[in-house]
Amino acid sequence: MSPEHSHGHKHQDIPSDPALRVKALESLLVEKGLVDAAALDALIDTYEHKVGPRNGAQVVARAWADPAYKKRLLADATNAIAELGYGGRQGEHMVVVENTPQVHNLVVCTLCSCYPWSVLGLPPVWYKSAPYRSRAVIDPRGVLREFGLDLPEETEVRVWDSTAELRYLVLPERPAGTESLNEEALAALVTRDAMVGVGKVKYERHS
Amino acid sequence: MNGIHDMGGMQDMGPIQHEENEPVFHAPWEGRSLALNLAAAAWRKWNIDAGRHQIELIPPADYLRMSYYEKWTQRLEELLVRTGLVTRSEIESGKPSPGSPKATPPLTAEKVSSMLRSGGPASRSVPGPSRFKVGQRVRARNINPTGHTRLPRYARGKTGTVHLDHGAYIFPDTNAHFLSEKPQHVYSIRFTARELWGEQASPRDTVYLDMWDDYLEHA
Repeated sequence: MSPEHSHGHKHQDIPSDPALRVKALESLLVEKGLVDAAALDALIDTYEHKVGPRNGAQVVARAWADPAYKKRLLADATNAIAELGYGGRQGEHMVVVENTPQVHNLVVCTLCSCYPWSVLGLPPVWYKSAPYRSRAVIDPRGVLREFGLDLPEETEVRVWDSTAELRYLVLPERPAGTESLNEEALAALVTRDAMVGVGKVKYERHS
Repeated sequence: MNGIHDMGGMQDMGPIQHEENEPVFHAPWEGRSLALNLAAAAWRKWNIDAGRHQIELIPPADYLRMSYYEKWTQRLEELLVRTGLVTRSEIESGKPSPGSPKATPPLTAEKVSSMLRSGGPASRSVPGPSRFKVGQRVRARNINPTGHTRLPRYARGKTGTVHLDHGAYIFPDTNAHFLSEKPQHVYSIRFTARELWGEQASPRDTVYLDMWDDYLEHA
């Protein structure tokens, strides 16, 4: 179990093509009865079709539409999110941080790829990449400019580095002109990027 | 461990590659790798901290070169061998050793949704009051453990303010090495960007880190 042990072998014996390598590993584990192939299908289906940023968008839309819900969400995010039926793996301990005209929040995991799966699904490649992880804490304004968001100097930028088991969701600002929209229409405006803090929610009225 | 994974504050890693309408998986094998990791973890031979640490043990040059799910695949192979579920020769040959017994998978398709739904809460209850109070000034200890830690280098030795007490959680530094859960309070600590990065940082900006009690000392 020592760290040295896990380094002490050659890796080149294993196929370098990741698709072949994973296929070989799957067939070995299925043959040994260690995993069930149908369970793998169900896991993939969950994250491809069921658990994704539409969950988080529902949470945001509810908070915009219902001030009492928003208050509960900011005070106890895990339970408020559970009211909408979301929770569980990588969403066990949630914190919601609110963007305002004065404060902009940005979420990162500098050490690995921690991300609120239960409300946003699996993280995008850029979130897990070295450029984002390394620079989000030292140059958040530069990172945001790369995403097309140029914040005024007087805005306070708060970066949340997910170093423990708390998972962060940004409550974006509700865009102007959306007063007459219902919750469903509001949810349709909310993007994953806005809930990570690298974007804003936009609204263009169609006349 | 002062490894390449601890990259907060590094520069020159290149532009951020944002992809419009990014698919959940870029190839079917990525989904299979994720699912294999989750399904094999259902044997409970390792915990989430040990799983994270196993990725940190990938040598730095490989860590930067490999894609995310390549790292997940390698991590899984290492954990399977370390915990004895699979032998190295089985990984290399892709075939069960002759005469090895056939197991029954703990995770079936019917159990997937309830397994994900219940998750794996890391919160624990500990007796007694917490050591630090909201509003108090604290310093992140300057420690350089050779094993797993969730205290990033960029915060060590820096002084911040307790923003919140999240309650008690499993301590990854011990749990990753199968030593004990050593539950203790986790606090949200607010650091000014200037404390972390000096005069080049905006005087308005702040960075919040979640820190276990053992990472902190009175300032």
